[in-house]
Amino acid sequence: MTEDEDRMANADQNAILRRSFDPVLTEPIPARMYLRTPRWIDQARVAAYVAIGVAFGIGIGLAIPYAGVMPPSPAMVAAASALPVRAARAHLVYSPEVRHPVEVAANEKDHLVKWLSKRLDRPLKVPTLSGEGFELLGGRLLPGNDGPAAQFMYQDASGKRLTLYVARPHRGDKLTAFRFAQEGGVQVFYWIDDDCSYAISGEIDKSQLSRIATVIYKQLEP
Amino acid sequence: MDYNLIVPYIPNLRRYARALVGDREGADDLVQDTLERAVRKFHLWRPGDLRAWLFSIMHNVFVNQLKARRIAPEVDIDEASIAAPIPSATAIDVGDVERALCVLAPEQREVLLLVALEDMTYADVSRALGIPIGTVMSRLSRGRERLRRAMNGDPVTTSLRIVQ
Repeated sequence: MTEDEDRMANADQNAILRRSFDPVLTEPIPARMYLRTPRWIDQARVAAYVAIGVAFGIGIGLAIPYAGVMPPSPAMVAAASALPVRAARAHLVYSPEVRHPVEVAANEKDHLVKWLSKRLDRPLKVPTLSGEGFELLGGRLLPGNDGPAAQFMYQDASGKRLTLYVARPHRGDKLTAFRFAQEGGVQVFYWIDDDCSYAISGEIDKSQLSRIATVIYKQLEP
Repeated sequence: MDYNLIVPYIPNLRRYARALVGDREGADDLVQDTLERAVRKFHLWRPGDLRAWLFSIMHNVFVNQLKARRIAPEVDIDEASIAAPIPSATAIDVGDVERALCVLAPEQREVLLLVALEDMTYADVSRALGIPIGTVMSRLSRGRERLRRAMNGDPVTTSLRIVQ
């Protein structure tokens, strides 16, 4: 073979290999690749803590320039980060499900809400996100930090999914305004009110998720 | 460490692993072990080419798996099926390519796939696999030749045994 023929043959070979294996690039990443070992979760927690700490620090820094900032104690951090970590884990586990994303589908919404309200021992409301292009798929019961938790799943026309995680506030949790955390590729906005703690998770643009979090917050406000 | 730095490389690691190992489960196990090891060893990473570093970790994990005989695609392959002629270029499907790749020795497959899929230079491959550039070139040309023969349905004469 001449050098040119050689180069052509090599390029052909590369093209065949690419064509055969490039589809793997767009397959959804299995959830276990984010979460299998506890060590990673710890590290993810640390990352969330750092993110929260930094956001907190920036907030205070803006309010009181050059004031000394005390870092939150580890106990506070553990309690604060448990919610987004759990929500993100649940999102990663269930949102890629093709056949069984939810236990109870949206066509049985009344039953779903009644059931989960009973298990969480408080009246739950399911926000409507149609205005944002997301429709309810359904929901499921999950083990929470402190008893049962609920997950509601939404999907848009392109198949993108969001999950809303609802749990009873952990003992000692303080009410919080919106907070943001990132776990693996998942963005989480979360907040804690009198009755429940909420976290909305998705692999979507942060500003869009923030808007959706506000919509949910407004709908849930008593 | 910031695991988010690694996440963008997962699709590339999976593509390479799929071509290297052949089956989906085995490939994803290889990726998983690689990611876990990368997290454990992250403090050893010197800021630089993170991709090359991740592929070098995957190489080490792959070699260990081969040694442990957890991945042994060659031994089960029926040579007759490899030698079956492939009718035309348009009819080549992933299965044909996967079968043809099985004919290559694992170390040839590694070099060829890093070049073909990851577009790595000889120097990149040499770093990722920890072998001299001359070895990269010779493995690549032997690998290309073998793949070409397998895809043409030529009989593959060389031994398919894995060295223990």
